[in-house]
Amino acid sequence: MPDTPLDRIRNFSIIAHIDHGKSTLADRLIQTTGAISAREMTEQVLDNMELEKERGITIKAQTVRLNYLAKDGHTYVLNLMDTPGHVDFAYEVSRSLAACEGSLLVVDASQGVEAQTLANVYQAIDAGHEIVPVLNKVDLPAAEPERVKTQIEDVIGIPADDAVMISAKTGLNIDQVLEAIVTRLPAPKGDPNAPTKALLVDSWYDAYLGVIVLVRVKDGHLRKGQKVRMMSSGSIHTLEQVGVFSPKMVAVDSLGPGEMGFFTAAIKTVADTNVGDTVTDDRHPATEALAGFKPSVPVVWCGLYPVDADDYEKLRDSLAKLRLNDASFHFEPETSAALGFGYRCGFLGLLHLEIIQERLSREFDLDLIATAPSVVYKLKRNDGTEEDIHNPADMPDPTLIQTISEPWIKATIFVPDEYLGSILTLCNERRGQQVELTYVGSRAMAVYRLPLNEVVFDFYDRLKSVSRGYASFDYAMDGYEPGDLVKISILVNAEPVDALSFMAHRAQADRRGRSICEKLKELIPRQLFKIPIQAAIGGRVIARETISAMSKDVTAKCYGGDISRKRKLLDKQKEGKKRMRQFGKVEIPQSAFIAALKMDA
Amino acid sequence: MSPEPLALYIHWPFCLAKCPYCDFNSHVRPEGPDHARFTAALRAELAHEAARVGPRTLSSIFFGGGTPSLMRPEDVAALIADATRLFAPSPDIEITLEANPTSVEREKLRGFREAGVNRLSLGVQALDGKALGFLGRQHDAGEAIVALEVARALFPRLSFDMIYARPGQGEAEWRAELRRALDLAADHLSLYQLTIEPGTRFATEHARGAIQLPESDEAARLYHATAEEAARFGLRFYEVSNYAKPGAESRHNLAYWRYGDYLGIGAGAHQRLLQGGTMLATRRHRAPEEWAARVEQHGHGTVEETSLTPRERGREAMLMGLRLAEGVLPARVEARSGLPWAAIIDPVMLEALLEEDYLHWRDGHLAATPEGLLRLDALLPVLLR
Repeated sequence: MPDTPLDRIRNFSIIAHIDHGKSTLADRLIQTTGAISAREMTEQVLDNMELEKERGITIKAQTVRLNYLAKDGHTYVLNLMDTPGHVDFAYEVSRSLAACEGSLLVVDASQGVEAQTLANVYQAIDAGHEIVPVLNKVDLPAAEPERVKTQIEDVIGIPADDAVMISAKTGLNIDQVLEAIVTRLPAPKGDPNAPTKALLVDSWYDAYLGVIVLVRVKDGHLRKGQKVRMMSSGSIHTLEQVGVFSPKMVAVDSLGPGEMGFFTAAIKTVADTNVGDTVTDDRHPATEALAGFKPSVPVVWCGLYPVDADDYEKLRDSLAKLRLNDASFHFEPETSAALGFGYRCGFLGLLHLEIIQERLSREFDLDLIATAPSVVYKLKRNDGTEEDIHNPADMPDPTLIQTISEPWIKATIFVPDEYLGSILTLCNERRGQQVELTYVGSRAMAVYRLPLNEVVFDFYDRLKSVSRGYASFDYAMDGYEPGDLVKISILVNAEPVDALSFMAHRAQADRRGRSICEKLKELIPRQLFKIPIQAAIGGRVIARETISAMSKDVTAKCYGGDISRKRKLLDKQKEGKKRMRQFGKVEIPQSAFIAALKMDA
Repeated sequence: MSPEPLALYIHWPFCLAKCPYCDFNSHVRPEGPDHARFTAALRAELAHEAARVGPRTLSSIFFGGGTPSLMRPEDVAALIADATRLFAPSPDIEITLEANPTSVEREKLRGFREAGVNRLSLGVQALDGKALGFLGRQHDAGEAIVALEVARALFPRLSFDMIYARPGQGEAEWRAELRRALDLAADHLSLYQLTIEPGTRFATEHARGAIQLPESDEAARLYHATAEEAARFGLRFYEVSNYAKPGAESRHNLAYWRYGDYLGIGAGAHQRLLQGGTMLATRRHRAPEEWAARVEQHGHGTVEETSLTPRERGREAMLMGLRLAEGVLPARVEARSGLPWAAIIDPVMLEALLEEDYLHWRDGHLAATPEGLLRLDALLPVLLR
């Protein structure tokens, strides 16, 4: 089978905010080109995972190959690349975009541009994409296509005059979208005779086939039986199957330049397939790898503990299973005096953390406690040695530390005018530095630099509540900076509770320390002994609360000779103490710590 | 060591109406129970147990319920006669009967006195008409006062029960009500804070928020006020909820709290007997007719009899004993449980509890202080191994 000529191929992705209609449009394109019959059509073909469907987000990149007979009489191969749509997966997004030459920018004609759209469209522009604006839901009464077009031009800075006006839901003007892809997006470039170079876009684990690798061929070919080499890891594999997604997996003899598809090669775990790596021929390797490869590094860490200690083994097996399919996620064993045995887990961001946690509880039926998320600090000791710290509990004594640097982000927030004031206050409270503030009609766009540490601590919730849910938010990592940071330890009955210690800026230490002490006072039931709760920086106490001793706890009436009932109650109480954590002579139910951690999240 | 004197409990499981707070084994029979049948069954079960136990000194008999004042005085007389024949009554044997202060039962008091009852325990519960209605009692405050006066003239010893820490009851109100009660000159009072017991009507109402009990701080204040008022009238607390003039303590209930031997006869009654190093815990069938049928067939209505482990015995001895002002004597707990003291309590926690002034040593007894007593349910699991 000959290669598809390069000028008959178009590779594109769709950029859209959640709910602006990306998946519906993708479904329409698939349906219109007949890749899948109406009968086979289930809602949102591309988002496979249950969780992806529910949240309307894409976690793994996927492609579908469409055959389109254009008005010029030629049949084109259109490869739709569905990219992960969240900043946590910014690197994965950048690799998916690097596999395409153009993007459809889908904007809801009544809602307008959102923060998430903006970050993604800039990434696409950075990747050299041609952008075709598409206004969706133009049939709705609230649609204001002219206003939104102006907004696209003002905010993003690309012409929107010839934006395609569609309704993905009714199918209005879907043909115009297909024509625009052919006529307005560039064809890929590549050399069929050069040594093989294919970009590894993503990979996932399949119980029957092993790891399935999604690739975009740049030069040369991938063929069944070929021996290929991963250029970053050096590992060598023999291709068992080469194919395309239509959207079902269909085997082909080879994939040529400009094409997208998959291969399998009896690979056992996705950790052997690094996103962004270059796949080349083992015998005739390319001399240079494709630009832009980065190993994935966790940005946010937290401890995960089973509520029931008996589930520890199950947690370990489940984490290992998840990692089979998600190499960006890291875990290592950890123990805590308050929570027992668990794992310290690293994630690409907060959404990634949430997804893994949810999958653990949903797919593996685990009841988990998560400690407060922590960012990775870069620590310089007085003796000049440097280290990364991703657990506040590992922070050395303050007297040994020269500097602590923390990661910063650049956040883009879109918000209706009326809530701007509270958003700015929130950002300032969180040590934000304003970079830009612009208005588009009645909506403001604020760009702030913020320490990531301030964002992992209930920032989303506050943002949502002060804007009544109207603010949209996105961010990109923006380097490390030294900060006046301190570790705050929480002491219960004068003993530190490792799981509750956290890092904060010195200026906020008192407030944060007080707030957690107050929370614990509410959560820990009164006991036989009074319990001091303290927050401390090193040896200095910055906040203190005392849980007074319970005042009365005795059965009023105890006679009639039925001692058994009372004794059985006592036996049960003794049994219940096994679930308690000992702090000196005081025992705290684990549930109080769980509640404290849940309130933090 | 001579065997322990024996206490005998006899349960009459019938009431005219079920009180909404009560979770005792009581039943209402609108047409009235078959007195002859139940008395015969009680006598048969008593004879059966006496044959098993062998000769013992009998230090007390207690008719509880239910409402034993609904029994026929001649039946009470027959049971007392049986008991004092089957066992050797101590010269100062205490024979208590629980009675309700309704006019009907008041008429029978003389009969009970003649049957041999020498201590009456009246279920007064409150001296406030509205509170009596709330508690579902069949009598009013006036009837209660008349009953108390009649009983005081008839019986050498008199006790009555009251329930406080009722919803909305303030400290000043309770002090006034309690003083009126103390004026009536009983030598013993059982003063209980209202508790919500599972399976009662109050439990249902409490669950849906219709009944709210005082907060624990308020309950503690009421408790201290109670002890203060009682002390003013010469009644000392000698157990969590029991107050007596010196020497007027309930000997029968002390047998429970000191973890002594006691027989329990009748539907749902419990029994503890230490014989030959084995502590047997015995329980009778709770349903009156079923219990009687079993007695008629087998001579007893036992549904469960287990030998308690030394640890269980240690826990029972401690949880009962620490309710008493006098506390526990380690040597006695060791003897009753078969375990050394150090295997019963955690010495580190004991130190902490002494330090906190929840426990103290007095005359070789370990006892709860008034503050410790108030927190006994939380203290025990910490102290006991």
